[in-house]
This record gives sequence, structure tokens and C-alpha cells, in this order.
Amino acid sequence: MTGPALLSVEDVSVNLPTPRGNLRAVDRVDLSVGAGRTLGIVGESGCGKTMLSRAILQLLPKKAMLSGRVMFDGQDLVRLDRERLRKLRGRSLAVVFQDPMTSLNPVLTIGTQLIETLQEHLELDGVAAKMRSIELLAAVGIPAPEQRLMQYPHQLSGGMRQRVAIAIALSCEPKLLIADEPTTALDVTIQAQILDLLAREQRRRHMAMIIITHDLGVVAGRTDEVAVMYAGRVVERAPTPDLFKRMRMPYTEALLAAIPKIDAKPHTPLPAISGRPPDPTRPLKGCSFSPRCRYAWAQCQIEKPPLADADSPGHQYACFRPLNTAVGAPA
Amino acid sequence: MLGFVARRLLYLVPVLLAVSLLTFLIASLLPGDLAYTILGDQATPEKVAALRHDMGLDQPIWWRYLSWLGNVLQGDFGRSFRTGQTVLQAVTERLPVSLELMLLAQLGALTIGIPLAIACAVRSGSAFDRFMTGSAFSMLSVPAFLSAILLIYLFAVELRWLPATGYIPFHEDPVGNLRCFLLPALTLALGEWPVLMRVLRSDMIQTLQEDYIAMARAKGLKPSRILLVHALKPSSLTLVTVTGINIGRLIGGTVIVESIFALPGIGRLLLSAIFTRDLIILQGVVLIVALGYVMINFIVDLLYAVLDPRIRHGHA
Repeated sequence: MTGPALLSVEDVSVNLPTPRGNLRAVDRVDLSVGAGRTLGIVGESGCGKTMLSRAILQLLPKKAMLSGRVMFDGQDLVRLDRERLRKLRGRSLAVVFQDPMTSLNPVLTIGTQLIETLQEHLELDGVAAKMRSIELLAAVGIPAPEQRLMQYPHQLSGGMRQRVAIAIALSCEPKLLIADEPTTALDVTIQAQILDLLAREQRRRHMAMIIITHDLGVVAGRTDEVAVMYAGRVVERAPTPDLFKRMRMPYTEALLAAIPKIDAKPHTPLPAISGRPPDPTRPLKGCSFSPRCRYAWAQCQIEKPPLADADSPGHQYACFRPLNTAVGAPA
Repeated sequence: MLGFVARRLLYLVPVLLAVSLLTFLIASLLPGDLAYTILGDQATPEKVAALRHDMGLDQPIWWRYLSWLGNVLQGDFGRSFRTGQTVLQAVTERLPVSLELMLLAQLGALTIGIPLAIACAVRSGSAFDRFMTGSAFSMLSVPAFLSAILLIYLFAVELRWLPATGYIPFHEDPVGNLRCFLLPALTLALGEWPVLMRVLRSDMIQTLQEDYIAMARAKGLKPSRILLVHALKPSSLTLVTVTGINIGRLIGGTVIVESIFALPGIGRLLLSAIFTRDLIILQGVVLIVALGYVMINFIVDLLYAVLDPRIRHGHA
């Protein structure tokens, strides 16, 4: 990590009361991102990555209980009063949601949704805000931006809508952008375009970015650091090149194996991770991944492995049988 | 948008024809001969036959319908045989009263209903929400005649702020006119706000869970803007529908409220037409009220398109 962190998530847990008991969505997570850096958070559905992003934005459901600290730019967002938090959101802290079909308001024009953000945070008059909106739409690669301002979301394709959502997120030059599965709802052909757009704007604006995804392929080459989450916990965390070179956690390996290969022979079965994540309302005593892990042994079922430092700097993992180590399993 | 309006207008033609046919049938299929009603039971059969011939009653029913429809299309809805007044005169005299009552009642119901619905939706499940939903439910079960009597007792008898009954035309005394309408409008509003409130509340609760509301919050917008611009507009389709139905219903006046407060509206016109068997007035008024109802629903359809651009563009 270079320089002081812009955002640091310290010992954050999120608990949701449900009819079936307490659901521990996020379990004592520590993470940080420096200014201008990119962090990838990877995990399958239900691992708590979206809840974590909502916890950072303070957009959790009313019933959710949050503990820990979310330090952003020297302030603890968890304890910040509503009005100051509101001034921060959209201004310094922006987000792109997963599904552009539902994240734009269907009854307001693109122009309204862009301009209202600009006018809320920057002191711009109507004309200046409109000019700036046109620039923003052009910057995210939307053709004929002037006409788009008058249009409604349903008149745009999914990829175009996500570009609009990105333009809105970038509108006030945020210091940190959280992209929550920004390409999951899009056509495969559009995904790379959107990711490249995000990467380009991130470099150009020197903002920090958190990309949340279930696809290790998305974070490879596009992030400085990756955190792998499983059952609400960070189970492996490393600088991106190090993670792919010296993967330690069997779950990370399984995630990587689950990406369909373009050069695989036809009719090869997908190497899906067998089983399902544990019921988050019934936490396991041992390692949460042990029931699905092909390397697990007795200790894994009894004790929870702590997130410990690995031999290489900045690399941490939570496993008793790390891959390619003396005590661990062969990869 | 123009194409949308034209299409909707075209749909109206068959509806209006059906409305006119039904209205005509209701009036002509009522038991009793119009000629006997006019001449009284002492009339000679010759006189009756002559009058029937004059009025065209001896013609087949489809012919009578077509000639009546022809007259209606030229703006001639017929003339009361009792007062000699034309239907149009009678209606233009009474309609403003019913319209003013309807308008004030709707305004009242919306003014009470919308803010309460928003307040409940924001705190859904809270003690405040449960209390308001409960009170709305009990208000719904209070009949208009009861709330009318209670309001008269409170505001006219005890406090003496407002007149209990009577009507002053607007052009004579605008303030006095409003004072006459306050209690009857409030009576109607008290029966209607609970429906509006419950409908808007439940739609609003759903809208507030949408991603675009989370997005609006993530953009750092003011809570008032999120509620009034981002949430209220997409939540108001059912509200508009219900309000439209209420307005349509109230164009025909309200017999009970107009009677209690002695307001000379359409409701009382219909009532007296029924009592005096004044079929021409009855038929004409029912037709005009039905036309109004159809027009209001047409406007509601247009409002949908204004509120939701997806309807305007033929999506969704």
C-alpha cells in the first residue's frame, strides 16, 4: 500500500435480523484503498460483497446492524451525521450499481438525473450544468449527447444506460468510485467496453475505485489489489499479480477454475464449485469453505483459520492448508 | 404524444355509442307509458294515442333510438314535459354546483391523503404508520350521512363558523359560496382520503425499495427531493386512477350530501326527475353524466402517459 489510505474499512460487521435468525452478512472485514488505487472484491453471490459496499455507502437496509468503522478521507462514515454524509455521497463518494435497468429512475429524463446531481453538489446554474452533462455523456462514449438529455432510460440500451449511470457517478469528480458488479447485467460484448471505460476514467481522474464482481477475470489486470470474500469474510487478500502467481486459498483457486475457458473442448463440463455457501444464519464452527473444499482435513472443521500474513508482502489468507506450501495441499 | 391522444380519442367512439344505447334503453325499458305519465290517468285513449304519435312513441325502438341519437348529436337532449326546461338548461344550471363540490372534495381528500401516505410510507411499520393506517380504515367505515351530521353539529351548531345548509351562487358572494361548500366538501373528503392514502402508501412503499431510490440516495440528493420527485411520481398511477373514478362518480352529484346540505346539484336533479317520472330529464342527465365519466377516464389515461414516459412510447 502506498501512501495513507483514502478509505479504510476497519473491523466491519453487518448483521441482519431475519425470521430465521440473525444473518451475519459481513464478518469482521478489514480493507483499505489508497487514493488513485483500485481494489477488487471478488466472491460468489451471497458472500456479502454487496452488503459490504452498501455498508461503505451507509445505504444498508434500515434493520441492518453495522459495527466497526468506515474511515473515508479522515471521517468515520458510520458516525457521520446525515447531512454531512449526504454532502459526501455523490460528491466524493460515488457508486455504479449492478443493474442499469433498475438503477435509473424510469420517469425522469437522463438530463434531469444528471443535472440534479451536478446542481446538488456543485454551484452550477442551469446552463452550465447542462453543458457539463453533455460533456460527461460524451466522455463516457454516448453518441449525440444533447439529444440523450431529453430521453428517458427505457429509450436507451442496457450498455448505454450503464454509461449514463457511470456519467452520473463521475459527474462531481468523486475521490472514490464503487462499482458494484457494473457489468453483470450486460451483454458479454459490452462488458469489456464498460470495464475499459471505468479503467480509463479512473486513471484520468486519479480516483480510487472498488470493483465488486464474482468474476476473477474482471479484476485480473484491472486492479492493484484483490480481496476474495467468502461467507461474509475476507479469505484471501493480495496485490493482484501476487494473487494470481502465488494463490494460497483453495476457494480462490476454485473461483478461478469456475471461469469458462474459451479454449476448452466442446462439451467439457464447467468446473463449478460443488455445493452451496453455508447458511449465513447458521455459521459453521470451522472454516466456512471446508464442506466444499477438496483439501479440507479435520482441523478445518473444528477451528476457523485466522486471516494471517503470507510470506510475500501484502498477501494474507485464511487457510490451514494453503496451496503450494509445506503444510498445504498440492495445487 | 399527439398520435397517442388521437388513438385514445378513437377508442372513445364505440364506448360513447354503447353509453348512449344503454342510457336510451334504461329510460325506454322502464315500466309505464310516457304518454300516460304526461296526460295523467284520466286521459282518453284517443288523446294518449295522439300524444304517442306526436312523440314518436309508436315507432319501433331502434328508430326511436336513432332519431334521439340524431337530436343528441345536434345538441338537443330533449325538454322536460313538466317544467318545459331543456335538459341542457337544467344541467348547465346544476352542473357547476356539483363540479365545485367535487373539486373541493377531491382537493380536500388529496391534501389530507398525500402527505399522510408519504409520511406513512417513509416510516412503514412504525407506530405512526400503524396508527394512521388503522384510523384510515375506521374513517372508511363511517358513512357520509353520519360524518355530515357530526360536522354540522360541530361547525354549524356548536362553533357557528359555517352555515349548516343552503347555497349562495359564486357570482353573488364568492366567500359565502365557499363557506356553503366547505362542510359538504369536507364530508365527501373524509370518506375519500383513506382510500387515496392507503393506495398511495402501498405503492410508495414498493417504490422506496427500488434500486433507483438507493441510487438517488447515493447521489446525495435531499430527502425531500427523493420523496417528492423520485418516489412520488412513479408511485402515483393508482392514485390517479382512484381519483379519476371518484371524480367521475361525483360528476353525477351525490344524492345524500346534496340533500343533507340543500345544494342544488345534479344529484338532486336526478332524484327529483325520478320522483316525478320526468324520463326526458332522467335520460338526458344520465347521458351527460356518463359522457363526463368517460371523458374523465380519457384524461386519466392521458395522465398515465404524462406520469410514465414508457406508456407514452408504447413500451411496458
